[in-house]
Amino acid sequence: MRLSQATGRRLIAAVPTLWLLLLFLIPFLIVFRISFSEVRLAIPPYTPLLAWHHGALHFEVHWSAYSFLFTDPMYVSSYLYSLKVAAVSTLCCLFIGYPMAYAIARSGPATRPLLLMLIVLPFWTSFLLRVYAWIGLLKNNGVINNVLLSLHLIDHPLALLQTDFAVYIGIVYSYLPFMILPLYANLEKHDETLLEAAADLGARPWRAFARITLPQSLPGIAAGSLLVFIPAVGEYVIPTLLGRPDQLMIGRVLSDEFFENRDWPVASAVAILILLLLIVPILLFQRVERRQLETEA
Amino acid sequence: MRTRGLFTRVALVLGLVFLYVPIISMIVFSFNNSRLVTVWDAARSPTLKWYGVLVHNEQILAAAWLSIRIAVVAASAAVVLGTLAGVALARFGAFRARLLLAGMVTAPIVMPEVITGLSLLLMFVALEQLIGWPKGTGAVTIALAHITFCMAYVTVVVQSRLAGFDESLEEAAMDLGARPLKVFFRITLPLILPAIASGWLLAFTLSWDDLVITQFVAGPGSSTLPMVVFSKVRFGVTPDVNALATILVLLVATGIAVSTVWMRYQQRRRERDLQLAAAANL
Amino acid sequence: MSSEVPPPAAAGSAPDSAYVRIRDVSKKFGDFAAVDHVSLDIRRGEIFCLLGGSGSGKTTLLRMLAGFEAPTTGSIEIEGQDLSRVPPYERPVNMMFQSYALFPHMSVEKNVAFGLEQEHLGRDAIRRQVGEILDIVKMGDFGARKPHQLSGGQRQRVALARALVKRPKLLLLDEPLAALDKKLREHTQFELLNIQQRLGVTFIVVTHDQEEAMTLGTRLGVMNQGRIVQVGTPSDIYESPATRFVADFIGSVNMFAGEVYANGGEGLCIRSADLGCTVRAERATGGAQGATVWTAIRPEKIQITRAAQAAGPPAAENTASGTVKEIAYMGDMSIYLVRLDSGSMVRVTLPNVLRGTERPIAREERVALSWHGSSPVVLTE
Repeated sequence: MRLSQATGRRLIAAVPTLWLLLLFLIPFLIVFRISFSEVRLAIPPYTPLLAWHHGALHFEVHWSAYSFLFTDPMYVSSYLYSLKVAAVSTLCCLFIGYPMAYAIARSGPATRPLLLMLIVLPFWTSFLLRVYAWIGLLKNNGVINNVLLSLHLIDHPLALLQTDFAVYIGIVYSYLPFMILPLYANLEKHDETLLEAAADLGARPWRAFARITLPQSLPGIAAGSLLVFIPAVGEYVIPTLLGRPDQLMIGRVLSDEFFENRDWPVASAVAILILLLLIVPILLFQRVERRQLETEA
Repeated sequence: MRTRGLFTRVALVLGLVFLYVPIISMIVFSFNNSRLVTVWDAARSPTLKWYGVLVHNEQILAAAWLSIRIAVVAASAAVVLGTLAGVALARFGAFRARLLLAGMVTAPIVMPEVITGLSLLLMFVALEQLIGWPKGTGAVTIALAHITFCMAYVTVVVQSRLAGFDESLEEAAMDLGARPLKVFFRITLPLILPAIASGWLLAFTLSWDDLVITQFVAGPGSSTLPMVVFSKVRFGVTPDVNALATILVLLVATGIAVSTVWMRYQQRRRERDLQLAAAANL
Repeated sequence: MSSEVPPPAAAGSAPDSAYVRIRDVSKKFGDFAAVDHVSLDIRRGEIFCLLGGSGSGKTTLLRMLAGFEAPTTGSIEIEGQDLSRVPPYERPVNMMFQSYALFPHMSVEKNVAFGLEQEHLGRDAIRRQVGEILDIVKMGDFGARKPHQLSGGQRQRVALARALVKRPKLLLLDEPLAALDKKLREHTQFELLNIQQRLGVTFIVVTHDQEEAMTLGTRLGVMNQGRIVQVGTPSDIYESPATRFVADFIGSVNMFAGEVYANGGEGLCIRSADLGCTVRAERATGGAQGATVWTAIRPEKIQITRAAQAAGPPAAENTASGTVKEIAYMGDMSIYLVRLDSGSMVRVTLPNVLRGTERPIAREERVALSWHGSSPVVLTE
């Protein structure tokens, strides 16, 4: 019977593990492998990694996709641009989200669920439609410009759409709940008597915040920032709808290489380079998450 | 203390305004008569004109129906797989593949969608070359892709719910003579049912809403609602999309409002029970 | 081992009286031995308390009895039936968990009926038995309640009823009273004894609370670092501890190192520099001349009197003099901390027999301490 219980457990763990191996890990290995091929006109449109030449098996590794990416300044600049956009957006989310999360954590027990619901509700409605809503607000004859013009604050409509500003707005707007929720989960557990003790020992509110609350909320800051930063680097929809047409983000580059140029090796190489950049943040995120789960248990 | 309380409260209000202004403006302009979307045509508004246009748009209706079917399949399968993974991670201690499973389960949550989408498509292509299945891309490959990223969320929800329950509950059931399978169905499953329900809803929403991964793994003739909407709005604002957004927002808001009221009711009942228990102590 | 008459060996009594037999059981987690070669016999109908600090292995031993952990070596038998390979759901053993582990989604009745349902009893039989056991634990009126509608003491009774309703051959109780507040704990202790006597089920209780162990247990087993260090009745353990660890763990004790200098007919004579006097331990035998030993004297076994004269040479055996440094008034008794002339500190407790004694001993007063020759316990390890 003991044996059968062990077998049962092995089965339960094996099903999701195999699923993820097949549909998550192996796909990455395939991407990795194709990034070392060359594009060709065929189906599939890349050279095989193993090939028969004169009766011998050749292991062909082509670096052309990577050398192409590093020599063309367009790719390098979109790579750096994505990093900048993700970093700035993450900081904005943090500065806007922290006070909000703090206010919710300190609100009364009756209003707290309502406030949380208000934060989460947009998340349940379509992401795409919420980004789209900003087109209507930001464009030249859009709501913001119309309001400013009618108040005579400006003479000409401001160019808001298709700017970096619009991309920041879009990312901050879409990812703000992902920053607020982990921060709230952390701040809500804080013991308020610690602040009273700090005040009792002579610390002014801001100092008590900097010395007590802020250090204790670092795990929440880390979780929230990573939850915003990592997906923002590869963001595709927001820059496509709101951003500059002359400066693409790396996710858009990947998509264009794949769909427009049908260059699978270069698209794969772009994916590998994004992953290389994000592997450390992703591992960091998993560590923060695991700690979170362990402390809950 | 007082000034900081004021500051954070003002920040909260402004933040909520920021979150809701776009949605509200979309709702308002869905009743606008003008084709110029953001210019209010006061003479002939409000009107339900765009709702009429919407319900006669065969393409949107077909896409919505496909999206619903995929989301139901994906959420249901993701709930099964995610529950298995969550139970394994929360209850089996340290087993050999634990680190592998734990790592793979949380990665799709943060992974940029373009990468997940690309890698899944390349895998489907390679698989077709190898064993002749799946034949091209379409609803089946979309569903498989959605199951994969949705199960990650279900796993996290189920795992953290289980972590909140003492494992001695399951041990007690076993001690009283229930076999492992019975323990799961009589004790574990009823306890994590709320997590499974919210996991299903979450998975449904994510699948229903996904654009980027879907674009990679969708084939010709299998356009989901987000794909149709995206191709429309990419080239400008269209008023019938406002109407669509309004319908979706109202549906979600009603659902959330109902569930909140229900949860409030449950909590109030719980509080009354606690008072009862306290009274029994006297 | 103790140089006194040793307490009954671990096996305790004649082999036929062993109801539960634990033979050489070890449990290793990696390199760490949580339970280390434990052998123990438990008699039918007794309450056996496993007493130890956290990490002593007592809970692991209990979990092996319940079947949640498999022993690395050794065997566990009940009435001659080897249970080592029997899964928890087939053992004639039930457990009351420290957290009570009441199923939150089931009513009290459903909780208690759960175990009977696994035996596929008829609905009427189940209802009758559930009713009976709930009456015994005085929870008959609460059958429809959910666990979160109960107070801590009520939950404890439901957990007890749920574990007892299957009439197990052996009931395991993991810290049964730890979650209750002090007043309730005392009351519940006696109730638990009552129910045990009424049903005649053999109990094994795990606890870190020595008072709980003393009042509940017919016999105690003291555990330390995965081993059983001593088995015996509560008074055996208290009055004749086998090791310094046991003497120190159960109750409080004054302990002094010394050297055996005579081993005559009237007990063992020990010279102790720490104590500044010689000790004659009448009940102790053994112990070679010149051997280093420890003398343990319980605080309540020491008499304290106001010294007649200032510091002088110790008058005789089993007396010492010193100065009172601290007095703690506890209501029913007082604790005196006395610094001996040798410099060691001694703890003495004195019951406050009379109300408002005329001139109680005060701080910094000179006192003489003395004890009966039967009081010192001589320990070699």
